[in-house]
Amino acid sequence: MPNENHLAHMARTLGAWFAALLLFFPLGWLFLTAFKTELQAIHVPPLFVFEPTLDNFSEVQRRSDYLLYARNSLITSVVSTVLGLLIAAPAAYSMAFFRTRRTRDILMWMLSTKMMPAVGALVPIYVLAQMAGMLDSLSALIIVFTLSNLPIMVWMLYSNYKDIPPEILEAARMDGASLWTEFRHVVMPLSVGGMASTGLLCLVLSWNEAFWALNLTSAKAGTLATLIASYSSPEGLFWAKLSAASLLAIAPIVVFGWFSQKQLVQGLTFGAVK
Amino acid sequence: MAYLQLKHITKSFGDAHIIKGVDLQIQKGEFIVFVGPSGCGKSTLLRLIAGLEPITSGQLMLDGADITRLPSGKRDLAMVFQSYALYPHMSVFDNMSFALKLAKVPKAEIRQKVERAAEQLNLTAYLQRTPRELSGGQRQRVAIGRAIVRAPKVFLFDEPLSNLDAALRGNTRVEIHKLHKALGATTIYVTHDQVEAMTLADRVVVLKDGLIEQVGSPLELYDRPANRFVAQFIGMPSMNMLPAKALASVTRLAGGRVPPNGFVGVRPEGLRVHPGVGVGVPGRVDLVEALGSDTLIHVDVEGTTMVARQNERTALRIGDTVGVEIDPNVLHLFNQDGQTLAAQGSPA
Amino acid sequence: MTRLMPRALMAPAVVTLFLWMIVPLAMTLYFSFVNYNLMQPGEHPFAGIDNFHYFVTDPDFWAAVSNTLLLIGSVILITLVFGVLLALLVNEPFPGRGIVRVLLISPFFVMPTVNALLWKHMMMNPIYGILADVWRAFGAQPVDWLTDFPLLSVIIMVSWQWLPFAVLIFITSLQSLDREQIEAARMDGATGVQRFFYLVIPHLARAVAVVVMIEMIYLLSVFAEIAITTNGGPGNASTNLTYMIFKQSLLNFDVGVASAGALFAVILANIVAVFLIRIIGKNLD
Repeated sequence: MPNENHLAHMARTLGAWFAALLLFFPLGWLFLTAFKTELQAIHVPPLFVFEPTLDNFSEVQRRSDYLLYARNSLITSVVSTVLGLLIAAPAAYSMAFFRTRRTRDILMWMLSTKMMPAVGALVPIYVLAQMAGMLDSLSALIIVFTLSNLPIMVWMLYSNYKDIPPEILEAARMDGASLWTEFRHVVMPLSVGGMASTGLLCLVLSWNEAFWALNLTSAKAGTLATLIASYSSPEGLFWAKLSAASLLAIAPIVVFGWFSQKQLVQGLTFGAVK
Repeated sequence: MAYLQLKHITKSFGDAHIIKGVDLQIQKGEFIVFVGPSGCGKSTLLRLIAGLEPITSGQLMLDGADITRLPSGKRDLAMVFQSYALYPHMSVFDNMSFALKLAKVPKAEIRQKVERAAEQLNLTAYLQRTPRELSGGQRQRVAIGRAIVRAPKVFLFDEPLSNLDAALRGNTRVEIHKLHKALGATTIYVTHDQVEAMTLADRVVVLKDGLIEQVGSPLELYDRPANRFVAQFIGMPSMNMLPAKALASVTRLAGGRVPPNGFVGVRPEGLRVHPGVGVGVPGRVDLVEALGSDTLIHVDVEGTTMVARQNERTALRIGDTVGVEIDPNVLHLFNQDGQTLAAQGSPA
Repeated sequence: MTRLMPRALMAPAVVTLFLWMIVPLAMTLYFSFVNYNLMQPGEHPFAGIDNFHYFVTDPDFWAAVSNTLLLIGSVILITLVFGVLLALLVNEPFPGRGIVRVLLISPFFVMPTVNALLWKHMMMNPIYGILADVWRAFGAQPVDWLTDFPLLSVIIMVSWQWLPFAVLIFITSLQSLDREQIEAARMDGATGVQRFFYLVIPHLARAVAVVVMIEMIYLLSVFAEIAITTNGGPGNASTNLTYMIFKQSLLNFDVGVASAGALFAVILANIVAVFLIRIIGKNLD
């Protein structure tokens, strides 16, 4: 509705800001609480003005071997993303540039594997992991993360490759480029952005993954998701520390998310919404 | 021996036969234009020559060698694409030197060739820019420069001017013409615009439905079209095609040599409109188009509309009664299948 | 060489995904027909349809089904309605629009476990939580959310997380709405409300369909929020299908029954997936 009158415009601005602040409030509150003392955290009425402290962050580091869990999250996310890219990129490349009659069906089938609920595979995967002695191991998580995200990665890379105008590749062919040269000098530079955002999305999904992390791990291979979960048993006052730990766990991903909105839409809806 | 030979080339995509048998001999240094309506196969034919699509059957010979199965990169051909197809992540210089780099030409030589081509195309100032920073016309020239630098055996142009606005199109057309005169390279140029065909070509190949309708110099095609299709495709506005049945008065002019279901063709400049009755065939003015340099008068004669062209301005208005005088020396006669019968008195 | 290569390139992805699909499915199928308890490994005698029977007659079963439907239905309703409204609100430029968008989408990127604990303690705690403060500010008695309204609490948490997703999808969809179409309607005399119902809603229909289906698929698997806050309780008040299966498999260690349950979930998801695939398929060239 362009050419809005002044009143409507103001209403819109106020309404939008109100909704945004309301929706964001819990996160903002989490942020604030992380810098409070435990007493300040449970203060009634809620404190918005206070002396900030960094004690919680150092506490978190010391007490619960935070670094170990963070390391696990990092390793599982990064390795599964890299592994996923290595498997997905060739497949997407093949489907985009060497299309056959079955290409579409194969792509759809891949997407459909993503639509099966994780709980459907919980029992078998658990049993398998147990049999292979891989319970509470990073490898099990990495494998599961990679496979869970593979369809999305293939799809996103496929779209990305398809966006390259075919004439540019034909021009390269006329210029005498072999298939490998074409890939190295034309396709790759042009798809770096797409690969980055695909990787980013995967990183986000793996980092936040809770279902498998909670069920397949305990003390050794736990990720940040499980660490936070373990804060749930009451051990006296712990809200400020919980907030600090949570903030550390979610901050990088939320920021990543701010930068990858578009890719998110494409990836999660498989491009069904333009 | 012809430089580039197409021997009974066909192309099918599954059950769809796009090119149904094309034979063509092209001499070295010729500027050949493929022209025809959408879907006639002209771009496909160009892509077959380029090697971007495999030939279904037939043979393609270049400079004595059979290149039918050779991959594009080895044919020594350069193509200018309709959408320019520049490498977006490379500078103009890198775009133009890519092929040479792949061919392992020494750096100094690459630099020399690129700089010379850039000079010819007024691109020297833009060598370090990326395509994103260039205008449409400049990108077009880079695409041409990319081809020139390779000094290929044949240049292929796929509707290079379609994406330019009218003014730029005219200028670039002239530049391409001059470039050809300067380089003397064999060129195949695809377009749907017959003005480009007429002005640029040494010879024009008119295509329809995957077959060649006629090959000849532009003026040959204009003056001696082999059939109705070519007659009406070449020339703007198109030749008036008068059915012999409907216009007995006109047929009489042709001296009875037109078969009953045939057609009499006469170009707009072959008609002269006289106000009032008395001279020529009576009719009524349907529409007047004043272009400034020419005037086109649409006249309704016994139910058939004809278009006349004259240099002078006119005071005629819609509905005026006029007489249309037809020059009997410039009639083209066609039988019912559209084939040209021996024309009467075509200019020498 | 060119014949073989496309297949070789696709092989790793196709093979691994195939195994990922077939192996769990086959095992689940097998387990659902045998008696298998993880505490007593070794013996798995054939059990016919005992497991299915047991699962369906479990006192938790119908509660789990209805909770699952309620959960999915409520979250979808909330995210759809508010998602469309918010997307419309943000569709035109206004000062600070970029920041507003960033604020609106943030909850989606929060780990489910953080989400759960954030709400359980900081928001919903009946004494120290923010909601308690708000209730008191209005002179009312604070609500003990997790104890008195467990399912609703979970619904709130999950909606908070998924609303940004819906908003983002609808924003994207609205951006592709043809401006000229709207202008033509204005010239034809259509009011804002009429334009909304005749042009905007139909355009959003597809986005709505996609949001509904994707949410259905993901919401079926809501787990962390329940496991960490209410443990499915009190009783089975907030147990959904997923949690029930989890209970059977990893708390009761009854793999057979859990597998039977899992098959239910898979079939449910399959039905939705078929429709979703069709929509996606129409989009692929």
